[in-house]
Amino acid sequence: MKPKSFFNKLLEKIAEGILAISGSITTLAVLLIVIFLFKEGVGLFNQSSVDENSIIAVNKQNPINKLKPSDVKKIFDQELTNWKQLGGNDEEIVVVRFTDISTYYSDEKLGANLEHLPACFSNLTDSLKGAIVYMPAKYALKDFKGKKIHVDKVSLLDFFAGREWFPTAEPSAQLGILPLILGTLWVSLGAILLSLPLGIAVAIYMAEIASPRFRSFIKPIIELLSGIPSVVFGFFGLIVIVPMIQKTFGLPVGETGLAGSIILAIMALPTIITISEDALRTTPRAMKEASLALGATRWQTIYRIVIPYSISGLTAAAILGIGRAVGETMAVLMVTGNAAIMPKTLLEPVRTIPATIAAELGESSQGGLHYKALFTLGCILFIITLAINLTVEYISTKRMNNK
Amino acid sequence: MNILNSSTSKRKKRSESISFWTFRLMSWFVCSLLFIILGFIVYHGISVISWEFLTSMPKEGMTGGGIYPAIVGTLCLIGGSVLFSFPIGVLAGIFMNEYAKDGVFVRFVRMMTNNLAGIPSIVFGLFGMSLFVNTLKFGDSILAGSLTLGLLTLPVVIRTTEEALKAVDNSFRTGSYALGASKLQTIRKVVLPIASPNIITGLILSIGRVSGETAPILFTVAAYFLPKLPHSVFDQVMALPYHLYVLATSGTDIEAARPMAYGTALVLIAIVLIFNLLANALRRYLSKKVKMN
Amino acid sequence: MIKIESKNVNLFYGDFQALKDVTMAVEENTVAALIGPSGCGKSTYLRLFNRMNDLINNIKIEGEVLVDGQDIYNKGINVDELRIKVGMVFQKPNPFPKSIYENVAYGLRVNGVNDKSFIEEKVITSLKHAALWKEVKDKLHKSAFELSGGQQQRLCIARALAISPSVVLMDEPASALDPISTAKIEELIHELKKEYTIVIVTHNMQQAARVSDYTAFFYLGELIEYGKTANIFTNPTNIHTQNYVTGRFG
Repeated sequence: MKPKSFFNKLLEKIAEGILAISGSITTLAVLLIVIFLFKEGVGLFNQSSVDENSIIAVNKQNPINKLKPSDVKKIFDQELTNWKQLGGNDEEIVVVRFTDISTYYSDEKLGANLEHLPACFSNLTDSLKGAIVYMPAKYALKDFKGKKIHVDKVSLLDFFAGREWFPTAEPSAQLGILPLILGTLWVSLGAILLSLPLGIAVAIYMAEIASPRFRSFIKPIIELLSGIPSVVFGFFGLIVIVPMIQKTFGLPVGETGLAGSIILAIMALPTIITISEDALRTTPRAMKEASLALGATRWQTIYRIVIPYSISGLTAAAILGIGRAVGETMAVLMVTGNAAIMPKTLLEPVRTIPATIAAELGESSQGGLHYKALFTLGCILFIITLAINLTVEYISTKRMNNK
Repeated sequence: MNILNSSTSKRKKRSESISFWTFRLMSWFVCSLLFIILGFIVYHGISVISWEFLTSMPKEGMTGGGIYPAIVGTLCLIGGSVLFSFPIGVLAGIFMNEYAKDGVFVRFVRMMTNNLAGIPSIVFGLFGMSLFVNTLKFGDSILAGSLTLGLLTLPVVIRTTEEALKAVDNSFRTGSYALGASKLQTIRKVVLPIASPNIITGLILSIGRVSGETAPILFTVAAYFLPKLPHSVFDQVMALPYHLYVLATSGTDIEAARPMAYGTALVLIAIVLIFNLLANALRRYLSKKVKMN
Repeated sequence: MIKIESKNVNLFYGDFQALKDVTMAVEENTVAALIGPSGCGKSTYLRLFNRMNDLINNIKIEGEVLVDGQDIYNKGINVDELRIKVGMVFQKPNPFPKSIYENVAYGLRVNGVNDKSFIEEKVITSLKHAALWKEVKDKLHKSAFELSGGQQQRLCIARALAISPSVVLMDEPASALDPISTAKIEELIHELKKEYTIVIVTHNMQQAARVSDYTAFFYLGELIEYGKTANIFTNPTNIHTQNYVTGRFG
């Protein structure tokens, strides 16, 4: 008997150990997600916005040594035309891209196998006082007569407050995520404004007004609605809602923030309804009866007693609804038009953070600036949802302590 | 003295009936949303569905043929993610409800589970790509995609299990202990059988979710166009939700691919519906069976 | 004069019959106590008179329930108006999560009273009536949850009185309270009798004997015996009543 009971005890302990390990898996997963997202994303702020394999050079006599990424873009877009505007000499800026070299030198001079290319770059930079040359780093040999320009690293401020998202811009990628943040906020806010009143109304109807029969009819419908995959919502939005918006508002394109908001509103409904209904149901029956016994109608009881009583739960529902909207990817990607511009109204195309990641990660090269920027966007999403979850957690524990 | 005059009484009644009707109409509206979406897709998709559509490779730049590889791919992903998330999730749920004592650790773990549940699916996609595809060198593969999807469903599985266990009345446990059964025996022989209908229902419902997820598989497994079946877990596959996305937005000829898109959407919804109905039927059947024993 | 009465009332929850052919009447400005073992239907019976049972699904009521000679289950009856006339105090104190003042003012507000000075006057007199005024007059705008259990229950009584009912139903109003609070509530019932008709459900036989003029004994949904309290307790005619009041079961 004894050895068997020892064996049994061992078995119990082993089982408990296995269970404990499984129990910690979610914690492990969250930690891993944090590590891997930040590992990939954090390098962004240590890197120049110019591709590693290229350089930007100017004439030796040019007093300018450093440029901001945004200035580089303006120069190459010819929005800045004189070095004076950047604090340099009064000299016209001459932009020379790699391919422009053939307008200065004939094919013979460049050599049959482009063997004279480095020398040509060198001479050109030396001869044009206002030159700014964007060229592969490998052609800048030791006797290169130009001066390499140092382009600033991507700064936090540029990243968060930059108004231009153009990660594939040459020579300097523009990584301002303000339009993406605003796009996400606009679309989510629009969604919550549409779905919150509707969702809470349905929750009130289900919790307080509807007969049990109607409730058992609507409950599975809400469940099914939450089960429909987001691509299907996106597809539906693309084919039905987008043309509808285009026609109603007479727009050139129907793929707008509003289309995203409408689809997201439908998608957030099940979350909002379920959580709100649970919250409303926590109102003690005694309190409702007391109100009715004082001659209040059911409706007066709902808005004077039930809603104030469950307000923290309703808040949690709203916050979680926003959380769902902020993180939703596919449906938004399909209907918002994805223009990375600063949104002014909901009736123009916008681009959200998740949609940006989904659309661009495939075409970015692993470890490159663009790739890192997208992972940083992922980190931002992660932090937003973490904040939302912690807020909801805080609200619900506070509510439990109060009662 | 009566404080109530008849006009107040009428006003009260009127505002009640107005608000109740508003709520009623809003509820019907929300119900109708589901029927509109489902109806729309069934209406356009049903004529596309045929045996050939379900069992042949896509053809002519995905404007013809079928969606066989995408169906197979989605089934592979469901299988793979379930193999990962069900055992671990159920074990974790048992641990959380039966073993863990309420304290800082459990509160922390529960918070982490909630957080994991709240992380957007695209972030799972990024993570899966970074860890499984790049760091562990699985490449774009069923393995990487399944693990990513499995991780995504883990919180759902854990929560389902926990809730099912919580619903088991404590008297069953104390009754078992009183007969000299150990904790493990009690859980295995008494608690789990009672909780199993609810656990199984929840698990099946979570499968429905897995089959529709797109963002997590974008960078871990999904192939744009791959007209052959996978041979190992290290192969890439097509998947239904991604296929629908491609057909709807970026095919070679979007207009010509539209019927294919309707058909794919219908198949996708059908899978979700089937798992939903299956879950409910099974819940009814199993709870009857448990009661009889 | 008869204030409230029921005639041959049957009440069903689905298939279960909770009240069987109950006929009884309560006179104006008296206190009637309903006693009996748990599940005997006394609370259900009490809730007939302000139609609180309406909230339950699947309920069926037969017979007549009269307040001031009017059948309150008639189609044309306005339930809210009825509930203003017939107030109710519940088993557990159930103040709203509002201030003391707002708790008492609630019934006036939901019934369309906006006159501030009228509300204030009503709140004060109701609190005085409920013998709570002295204890709360300095903290009218504090949360009602800061009061003790006994005070909360008296607040609930004040709340019921504020809308000037003529009948007050009390469903075991002292069962959740300590002896001192209970004594205060009983004293209050004595006072209130002058202006109101009171029906009280109680588990506590001594309480019934102390506060009521008439006592009704319910058993398994039937009204077994109804009469002057003194008679019921000293000289019951029915063997069940006798067993119950002498404490042999229940």
